[in-house]
Amino acid sequence: MKEIELVIVGGGPAGMSAAVAAYESGISDLLIIERDARLGGILQQCIHNGFGLHRFGEELTGPEYAWKYEKLVREKQIPFLPNTMVLDITPDKVVTATNATDGVFQIKAKAIILAMGCRERSRGALNIAGTRPAGIYTAGTAQKYVNLKGYMPGKEVVILGSGDIGLIMARRMTLEGAKVHAVCELMPYSGGLARNIEQCLHDFDIPLRLSHTVVEIHGKERLTGVTIAKVDKNRRPIPETREYIPCDTLLLSVGLIPENELSKTASVTLDRVTGGAVVDQDRQTSVEGIFACGNVLHVHDLVDYVSEEAEIAGKNAAAYIRGEAIERTEINLRTDGKIRYTVPQRITQKKDVTVYFRVADVYRNVTVKILDGERVVYQKKKPRVAPGEMESITLNADQLADAKELLFALEVK
Amino acid sequence: MIKELTCIVCPKGCALRVELENQQVLSVTGNACPRGKQYAIDECTHPTRTLTTTARTADGGVVSVKTDRAIPKELMFDCMAQINRTVVSLPVRVGDVILENILGTGANVIATMNL
Repeated sequence: MKEIELVIVGGGPAGMSAAVAAYESGISDLLIIERDARLGGILQQCIHNGFGLHRFGEELTGPEYAWKYEKLVREKQIPFLPNTMVLDITPDKVVTATNATDGVFQIKAKAIILAMGCRERSRGALNIAGTRPAGIYTAGTAQKYVNLKGYMPGKEVVILGSGDIGLIMARRMTLEGAKVHAVCELMPYSGGLARNIEQCLHDFDIPLRLSHTVVEIHGKERLTGVTIAKVDKNRRPIPETREYIPCDTLLLSVGLIPENELSKTASVTLDRVTGGAVVDQDRQTSVEGIFACGNVLHVHDLVDYVSEEAEIAGKNAAAYIRGEAIERTEINLRTDGKIRYTVPQRITQKKDVTVYFRVADVYRNVTVKILDGERVVYQKKKPRVAPGEMESITLNADQLADAKELLFALEVK
Repeated sequence: MIKELTCIVCPKGCALRVELENQQVLSVTGNACPRGKQYAIDECTHPTRTLTTTARTADGGVVSVKTDRAIPKELMFDCMAQINRTVVSLPVRVGDVILENILGTGANVIATMNL
């Protein structure tokens, strides 16, 4: 069996950034495996701008951001295998993959970085009543059709879900001549960035219907319309508010799910809240030598943070391969529910650690507190926090002291 | 007159308050950086947007493109029409100019993808 020091599963922004970081940390025997024909992952179809402000200090489109990393991969001659699908990963790090030229083959790795990204929740996950006509797409599928294939999925559009992909597609479909009748959002607030509400909806007078959902789908061969309704505070549709909107296309932007089938075959412990692996500060999973980063670990708002996280995974996978042993500790990070999750979920080394977290709801005038029993390790006031905006706190090694468990809590006035 | 805006310069999306008198901006508050102030002034006087879209390629596919600077907001659909009439010859590299000075805006339409 072929042996390679480091195998990276996925050649999107996380995989490329992790590979470059590992290479720069001295690992030259490495391989990126990518199931698509080229590197770049989902960035290829995200042709809008707004990427790279943190990372490169300039505003780039998705393909341009991907190209910055692909150039690095090519300059360093980091090997990558396109059109290749990983089928299985074992806990002792044997990767089984397949492609059209090599058939099915196996590689034994010293370390593996999981960078498979995420996929969209689909209609099946929503249980919308009605018929099963053509014309219902996830927003990302429609984005691929329009931006990479050059065909329009429809003309009269309703979008369910106001996450960023839904907002971006509302603008994109409008620019290409479609009429977007409404963006419906189940929650009383949008899950997308404020700038996208402004430049994707307001610029084109597209109505955002908060606390609204699609309750019925109509049409036999092709979608002919949807019935929407307002929801009450328990998110139950209110029958008397039902409203019919004729349309030929329904786009769903209703959440992303980290794609962890391979992590499961490797017996990696998953976090029920994030849908991704439980990791330590190095992004090492519960299986020694298997690391995870990017949207397969938890869904990010900005690719800039994906690159940053992937660098951590890449550097530390390199350190693991070199066999660097560092004094170990065990601190579990817990949350109070108002804070939904943290990444990492555990700290195993006393060093400076940046902890990312997401809140469960929109809260105003809050204090973020980190508690070690009675001891307040950290606190900071924030005017506003929202589920759509990932937060981060950097703790230094001294602040960790002898903690066994740190509680991340939100005090709401 | 007070006008409230959401800044679109970066993902932070600052809530801006602009004090206006006779189309003149007197003050901008709520911005976390100088670019926010400039955005507020532009938005109240001559709003602009960077346009990102695709253009047809000679093989029948599409390549992603953008305007290399922001164009007047009201020209977005006219620029779309012109870009949609263009056929890009292959190969094409990131940064290649597809259309020069589109509609006299001073902005070039450039490729954002290698094909």
